Amino acid sequence: MAKRKTKRLSSPQELEALRESIIKDRDPNQTCIVICGGTGCLALGAQEVIAAFRREIEKGGLEKKVDIRITGCPGFCERGPLVVIKPKNILYQQVKSEDAAEIVSETVKGNIVDRLLYTDPDTGQKITYEHEVPFYKKQKRLLLGDNSNIDPTIIEDYLALGGYAALSKVLFGMSPEQVIAEVKKSGLRGRGGGGFPTGVKWETCRQAQGNTRYIICNCDEGDPGAFMDRSLMEGNPHSVLEGMIIGAYAIGGHEGYIYVRNEYPLAVKNARIAIEQAEEHGLLGKNILGSGFDFSVKISRGGGAFVCGESTALMASLEGKVGEPRAKYVHTVEKGLWEQPTDLNNVETWANVPLIIKNGADWYSKVGTEGSKGTKIFSLVGKINNTGLVEVPMGITLREIIYDIGGGIPGGKKFKAVQTGGPSGGCIPESSLDLPVDFDQLTKVGSMMGSGGMIVMDENSCMVDIAKYFISFLEGESCGKCVPCREGLKRMGQILTDITEGKGKEGDIELLERLSAAIADSSLCALGSTAPNPVLTTIRYFRDEYEAHIKDRRCPAGVCKELITYLINEEKCPGCGLCVKVCPVEAITSMGKKKPVVLDQEKCIKCGACYDVCNLDAVIKK
Amino acid sequence: MKARDKPAGQKVKSILDRYQRDPGMLVSVLQDVQAEYNYLPKKSLAQVSQGLDVPLTQVYSVATFFKAFSLKPRGRHIINACLGTACHVRGAVRIKEEIERELDIKPGETTKDFKFTLETVNCVGACALGPIVIIDGKYSGQMKTDRVKTLLESYD
Repeated sequence: MAKRKTKRLSSPQELEALRESIIKDRDPNQTCIVICGGTGCLALGAQEVIAAFRREIEKGGLEKKVDIRITGCPGFCERGPLVVIKPKNILYQQVKSEDAAEIVSETVKGNIVDRLLYTDPDTGQKITYEHEVPFYKKQKRLLLGDNSNIDPTIIEDYLALGGYAALSKVLFGMSPEQVIAEVKKSGLRGRGGGGFPTGVKWETCRQAQGNTRYIICNCDEGDPGAFMDRSLMEGNPHSVLEGMIIGAYAIGGHEGYIYVRNEYPLAVKNARIAIEQAEEHGLLGKNILGSGFDFSVKISRGGGAFVCGESTALMASLEGKVGEPRAKYVHTVEKGLWEQPTDLNNVETWANVPLIIKNGADWYSKVGTEGSKGTKIFSLVGKINNTGLVEVPMGITLREIIYDIGGGIPGGKKFKAVQTGGPSGGCIPESSLDLPVDFDQLTKVGSMMGSGGMIVMDENSCMVDIAKYFISFLEGESCGKCVPCREGLKRMGQILTDITEGKGKEGDIELLERLSAAIADSSLCALGSTAPNPVLTTIRYFRDEYEAHIKDRRCPAGVCKELITYLINEEKCPGCGLCVKVCPVEAITSMGKKKPVVLDQEKCIKCGACYDVCNLDAVIKK
Repeated sequence: MKARDKPAGQKVKSILDRYQRDPGMLVSVLQDVQAEYNYLPKKSLAQVSQGLDVPLTQVYSVATFFKAFSLKPRGRHIINACLGTACHVRGAVRIKEEIERELDIKPGETTKDFKFTLETVNCVGACALGPIVIIDGKYSGQMKTDRVKTLLESYD
C-alpha cells in the first residue's frame, strides 16, 4: 500500500473523499495475516511471532500478496498468541514463531494448518473460523469486533471502517442539544461502574455555569482483574477519541484529558499516536473539519493509586495534587477540574458514543434490557477455561457467560462464586447464576456491575480469604482522608486476618456486619462506602465457610495457611525426590528410591512448593 | 545510569520544559524524572518544586502518595509480582512469598547488592497468564513456586 501524504481535512467532503480513496486502494479479498499485539499476547511472546511472520513474508517475496496487520486484543487471551487469516477469518491459536513458515506457505496455497486450529473441548472437533468458536459465538462485539480490523497506529484503518463519520455528522448536521437528546434516548449508562445516564450527565454539564468546560476520559482502570478499558485504548483508540470529541461538542468543552494508568504502557503509547494522527488530519485541535469547533486532548498518566478512579480524586491528581477525593455536595459536572464544569466518562462509555450517533439511538437501544442498553465488556478471569475479554448484550445470564462463552471451570472443579464489580462489588453464588446481567440486577444480589471485572472462583477458593484480599487491597488504597474508611477497613482487615489464622471468635461475623454498615454510611467517597460489599456478600452467601474457620478452625477450601497441614500420601509417593529439591527449608527427607519421603511438620512453613511440584497427587492438603 | 553522567539538573530541566512547566503535570514530570534516575533523588524534588512553582511540600506529598514513586534508589532489576484478583485466586501470594524468601526482602525493599527491588502491582491485565511476575517489563506467566529461583538466577 502506497504511503498517503497526510493532509489536514477542512470539510466533511474532504473526509469522505479521503475515506473513499483509502477504501478504493484496498482489495477486500487481499490475504491479511492479523496478529494480536495486545498486552496479553505480547506477554505470551507475540513479539517474536510477529517478527517471524515478517521474515517469512520477506523471504518469500510476498509483500504484495500478503499483508500483515498487528492489532489490539480480540479477547481470547487464553489461547494467545492469536493469528487470524483474513478475509476468511481462519483462527490459529497458541501460535509460536516456529509456526510462521508453515502458516505463510499454506495460506498462500489456500490451505489450512489443521494442527493450530481451536479444538472444541466438548465435541473434540477442530474449528476453522473465528466466529464459529464457542467463545465468540454468543458474544455481541459492537466495540471489540473492530479490534482485529484495525492497526491502532494507522488512522486509515479506522477511517476505512467509517471512522469519524459520526463526528462529521454531529459537527455539520446536529445541534449540541440534538446530540445530547440522541445519547439520552439511546439509554447509554456510564460503563465505569456507576451506571449514571450519560446523556443526563452531559446535559447538566452543558447547563452548568463556568468559564470553560473540561472533558475527561477515565482510563485509570484500577480494578484488579479488569482490562477492558486497556484493550479498547490499545486496540481502537480513535473510537474513544471520536467519542470524546463528540461529547466535547455536545457539552461545549474545548479541552480534554485522557487519564490513563501508567501500568498500561501500550495504551499510553497508542493513545498518544492517535491524538497526533487526529491532529494532523484536522480531526482534533483548532477548527475541526472546518467547522469552527476547537477541541484539544492531553494525556495524563496515573501514579498507581486505585482511588484515582474516583472522579474527584482523579481531578485532584490532574491538578498536580495528591489524589484525595472530596465530598460531592457540588457535583463535578458543575465544579470539577480547576473549579470548572467537568464531564468525566469511562473509556468504554466514550467508545459507545460514535456507534450511537452513526447508527441512531433506536438501533442502539434494541440491544439490552429495559434499564440497561447496549453491550458490556467483561474481563472473564480466574478459575475459568477461556480467560479473556467478552462483549455481551446486557441481559445475558451469568451462566451463559461462564459456561457457554467461558467454557466452564478447569480441571472438572466445581464452581463456587463469581466476583463482579471489582473491590467494590460482591461475590455471587451458584444459586444466582441465571441472573440476567445488567446494572440493576447485579445490585439486587448485593454486587454491582462495576467496570466489568468478572472473577470466577472454584471449590479451591476460600471465600474468607477473598474477603480478606479485597479488604487488605482497599486498606492499602484508602487515601486516608476520612476516618471510617482509613480506620474501619483496618479493623475489618484485622478481624478477617484473625479468622483466617484460626483466631476468630464468636461474634466476629456480627461485628464485621456492624462495621460494614458504619463504613458504608459514613465514608466520604465510593471507595469506602462500597468497600464492605465483598465482606457482606461472602457472609450472606458463604456464612458456613466463616463459621468453619471460627468454630472448627478449619479452612474448607484448603487455602488459609495457618489452618492447613501438608501431608505425604505414602501410597502414591514413589520417592522421586522432586519435592525434596524444591523445599526451601529442608523439611522433606528422602528415604531412598521407591520409598515415600518424610515431611517434618516442625520445619514445614507451608509454602506449598512441594504441592505445586508433585504431579502424582502424593502431597495433600488437609 | 546515563543520567548520572550528565551535569546534575540538566535532565530535570529538559523534563520540565517538555511539559511547559505546567503545574498540573506534576505527576507526569515526576514519572519522567523517576524513569531517568530509577528513583526520585532529593535534589530533583526541589528542582521540580522551583520549576513548576509549586510548594516542595506538595511535591513531597504527591511523591509519597502515589505507589509508582520511590524516594530511595532502587535495584538494577525491578521485580513486579502481580497480586491482582485473578492472580490471587491462582496462588500469587505463594509466588510473592517465594521471591521474598529467595531474596530476603519484602515488597518495597531492595537487596543489599542493589540487584533487585521487589514491588507488587494490582493487576497488569494479563490475567490469562496468572500468576504473573514481571521483571524489567518482561512477563513470566503461569508462575510456579519452584520456577522462581531459576527465573531470578537468569538475571545478573
